[in-house]
Amino acid sequence: MNRVISPKNSQKIMKTIFWGSGIFTVFLLILIIGYILVNGLPVINLNFIFGQPIDNGAAGGILPFIISTVYVTFVALVVATPLGVGGAIYLAEYAGENALVKAIRFGSEILASIPSIVFGLFGFAFFVVYLNFGFSVLSGGLTLALMAMPTILRTAEVAIESVPKSYSEGSMALGASKWQTIYQVILPAAVPGIITGIILGMARAVEETAAILYTVGAAMQAPVSIFDPGQPLPLHLYTLATEGISMPFAYGTAAILVILILIITIVTNALVDRYTKKMMGR
Amino acid sequence: MPYRLEVENLNVYFGESHILKDINININNNMVTSLIGPSGCGKSTFIRTLNRMNDTIPTFKKDGTVLIDGKDIYDPDVDVVDLRKKVGMVFQKPNPFPKSIFDNVAYGLRIHGLNDKDIIAKKVEKSLKEAALWDEVKDKLEMSAMGLSGGQQQRLCIARTIAVEPEVILMDEPCSALDPISTTKIEDQIHKLKNDYTIIIVTHNMQQATRVSKYTAFFLHGEIVESGLTDKLFMEPVDKRTEDYITGRFG
Repeated sequence: MNRVISPKNSQKIMKTIFWGSGIFTVFLLILIIGYILVNGLPVINLNFIFGQPIDNGAAGGILPFIISTVYVTFVALVVATPLGVGGAIYLAEYAGENALVKAIRFGSEILASIPSIVFGLFGFAFFVVYLNFGFSVLSGGLTLALMAMPTILRTAEVAIESVPKSYSEGSMALGASKWQTIYQVILPAAVPGIITGIILGMARAVEETAAILYTVGAAMQAPVSIFDPGQPLPLHLYTLATEGISMPFAYGTAAILVILILIITIVTNALVDRYTKKMMGR
Repeated sequence: MPYRLEVENLNVYFGESHILKDINININNNMVTSLIGPSGCGKSTFIRTLNRMNDTIPTFKKDGTVLIDGKDIYDPDVDVVDLRKKVGMVFQKPNPFPKSIFDNVAYGLRIHGLNDKDIIAKKVEKSLKEAALWDEVKDKLEMSAMGLSGGQQQRLCIARTIAVEPEVILMDEPCSALDPISTTKIEDQIHKLKNDYTIIIVTHNMQQATRVSKYTAFFLHGEIVESGLTDKLFMEPVDKRTEDYITGRFG
């Protein structure tokens, strides 16, 4: 038989292709983050981070927008985490396989792939107008919670299902109830995966623009009450760029956003890593 | 003396398949009984019927009675939690929880409502000593149990089981994943434990059955072919199939 390419060569070629794809991904990441930082870092100083905006953000600082981001994301997570994790526990431990469960899974998949502007529109119609929450941190946070929940649910479900069955058998054999087993053995073992899901959900909330466009308002002051309007960083960035207020400040805002996400990801990864090491005795 | 465990005409089904057929066996107090037989003969299913672990399998069905201390454990008024406290189980693969060594042993005590820290600490120490693990772990009780060796993990699982003071301990091939030295340690432990507990051990290893148990039952295709004193069963088997199995002609 005549082979066009020998196994040895095809191995080499494929390895190169895979290596290339990996390198290309990392290169893209570095390129984007690098571009943002190179353009954004020059305007960043203490006054930019901790100052109040002047002339719609053409000068001064972005503190109210940072506070808005943290506030809205916090509201989103406080709502989405218990719902997502609770739903995941139900699906993974109690539900079994039936039509309702399939419907929930299908629903959460669809929910995860709906364009964010549609969430924004729904949030506007339902939270802002119908429930009369107005343009507020609450309306924006709840809209973001709807978006983050399916992500948290799916990731947490996978995390709970991947806890070895032998753990729960050991617990049941000692006379533990189902809930004792879930709460004291399964959930602690699934924590790293659940946290990953929460971080993914949070990243989606922090960086989201379209979903908050119609719900959170466009205030220049930091929100205090949950019913106050705000202006999270992505929205401010969008305004700065599209309305031509200040491109350097747009890059500066983008850089702060990127740094914020990097810090959150790195810190949680480190904490999860420590937890896993302690739990698994490595 | 009454039997601790009496099984009468037990049949177990998983869906359509008939796993255990007309099992009749009485098991004595404070004694070790081995269950031997080839893979898939129903030994594990049998011991999982004794602490109702099969209840978690939706297709599980049974008829016949299983009495422990004269009480049918499948009676509607029996609380599975109480039953499993009384009938502990050690699994084939060591399955410590991903918690500290101390918390693994304390787990059973805590879920049964014990809160007193001093009493828990005392019981943890006592259980680890009974399981011959104390000297190896006493300086690292706060370390994760997952960092122990396989043999240590299995002894920890035994300590975890005896901490809740069961009366019967079921062991499902507890040494099959262990090296010979760890196996010897577990067998030594079984010898010590048999004075205080009724132990039923499933094993593939016939030497192990002769070393640890007074009684042996031979399972084949879901039936008990022969049971009786271990020495007699191995020296003068009555049934031809028992003889074929213990002389290694099949299985």
